[in-house]
Amino acid sequence: QKVTVEVLDHLEHLALVDFRDAEGVERLQKAIQFADRLHEVNTDGVEPMDSVLEDRCLYLREDDVTEGNCTKELLKNAREKVEEYFVAPPGNIPLPKLGERETFLQGS
Amino acid sequence: AVARGCGAVWRRARQCGAGGPAPRGQRAVACNGRGGAVPAGKSGLAPWVPVVGLEIHAQISSNSKLFSGSQVQFAAPPNSLVSFFDASLPGTLPVLNRRCVEAAVMTGLALNCSINKKSLFDRKHYFYADLPAGYQITQQRVPIAVNGSLTYSLCIDNKMSQMVTKTVRIKQIQLEQDSGKSLHDDTRSQTLVDLNRAGVGLMEVVMEPDMCCGEEAAAAVRELQLILQTLGSSQAVMAEGQLRVDANVSVHHPGEPYGVRTEVKNINSIRFLAKAVDYEIQRQIEELENGGTILNETRAFDSKLGCTVPMRDKEGKQDYRFMPEPNLPPLILYDAKSLPANMNHQQVINIDWIHERLPDLPSVKRARLVEQYGILPEHSFTLVNEDGLTEFFENVVNQTQMKPKKVIGWILKDLLSYLKQHSLTVKESPVSSFLLADLLNLLENKEISSTAAKQVLAELWKGEGKTPLEIVKEKKLELIQDQKELEQICQAVIDGQENEVIMVVLG
Repeated sequence: QKVTVEVLDHLEHLALVDFRDAEGVERLQKAIQFADRLHEVNTDGVEPMDSVLEDRCLYLREDDVTEGNCTKELLKNAREKVEEYFVAPPGNIPLPKLGERETFLQGS
Repeated sequence: AVARGCGAVWRRARQCGAGGPAPRGQRAVACNGRGGAVPAGKSGLAPWVPVVGLEIHAQISSNSKLFSGSQVQFAAPPNSLVSFFDASLPGTLPVLNRRCVEAAVMTGLALNCSINKKSLFDRKHYFYADLPAGYQITQQRVPIAVNGSLTYSLCIDNKMSQMVTKTVRIKQIQLEQDSGKSLHDDTRSQTLVDLNRAGVGLMEVVMEPDMCCGEEAAAAVRELQLILQTLGSSQAVMAEGQLRVDANVSVHHPGEPYGVRTEVKNINSIRFLAKAVDYEIQRQIEELENGGTILNETRAFDSKLGCTVPMRDKEGKQDYRFMPEPNLPPLILYDAKSLPANMNHQQVINIDWIHERLPDLPSVKRARLVEQYGILPEHSFTLVNEDGLTEFFENVVNQTQMKPKKVIGWILKDLLSYLKQHSLTVKESPVSSFLLADLLNLLENKEISSTAAKQVLAELWKGEGKTPLEIVKEKKLELIQDQKELEQICQAVIDGQENEVIMVVLG
């Protein structure tokens, strides 16, 4: 099955990724096909593994204050700042809808 | 006892200002103990069953954050309590804080939950300026605790004389990160971001929709707040954002499936919680009775207008694309049976060890007060509800011969009403337990009358440093004990009122 335009549009909104052109979408299709091969394995009765770390011990840290107090350093990364606050736009700027933005997805 | 329920009755809702819907019309709906609706009677329309569920975020009381070593503190200079991990700089990794896990286990045990010996961490993705990583680490698949219950009480009438007990099921408790804080600067069309709060540990407590009105929701949250404060797992002060409540509200007709629910956010106090929930129930009923529909949306409570309004910035249903947190293995907890032999103590959390050390919960404290002092359950509620009042009461009882059953009246009626009138906490009371005990001793020894005692208390309230005895002498409030003196006074009264005496004698 092909990935629908609706799904591609949804992904562009959620992840702010830009598929850019047919080649980008084709790459996505191939990646899905590749991963789909996992369905060939019979996993009945097998507990899903979601990390190769699952048998490792989760390290527990003591509740001590060991970090912080580096405002100056952190703000060096900010393009804009106001009195030690980071500055951001007033709200999320959503991606314009399919019909309103320049995207090759329109044509598909 | 028959659970008659909260008896909340909705009448005409206040008119809401611009930007919000304005529910009109009389609607009498009462919810009974089983969460059902009582027929509206006059209007003749089918009754409505309101359904209320809650999602509560409690900030964990710890020195450092959930996954990093930066400090947890309210009101510090912006971005001063932020580590590289909190700012989501590349190459940083989460390291779990042991104290946060213990706090969640304590809370789970206090709420009768099953503690999951293996729980998992996940990423919940969404974009917002105060979430630098673009995702929140939470526990969506397998949280740390599930299937608990919270028992709370409320009074059926306004006089605190009949209390009824309710239970709400706890679906789960999960550990998750708090986000930073956004300050909206509308004049310059920008948002200022402070990440001090980003990464602070939260316990999300999910309550099943077992409640039916604002009063029940408020009572349940109040009890949870007391439990958290008793455990010390969270200070749960709503005003400082340590306890945040979102309500899920829907209505339906009895026997029919649940209606569409809305989520109500931005509730800043327990009082507003009750108002917000009741307003939303009323709004939904009005909307549906006028032939409208309820949208599955998120609404904000406007405390000034007393109504809920649709929230901006919420575009339809969010897809959070949950995925396992790849940098954290499963969280394994142990109990006495499963305790590993050769593991570093510091790396092991023993559920049974924590259980044995749980302090007395509010319900236990109340039962003890009733049993030990012979006071009514309603009284014990007020004592435990007011910070420091139990201690005050017990101090007075220990310093006076007056029976606790009589002392409680002075504490709850006189002292507490003074405190409330002047918006003071028990700790700020100008009348100490020592002074009150002193006064009650004078009363108990029949040196003054009860009326005189109230006068003395009024004087003591001024906090001028006088003792009860000094005030009594000053105002000549001593009870006359001498028989002869009393006879003389009575005779003088009779002599002075000749006409009245003749009338009384004649019958």
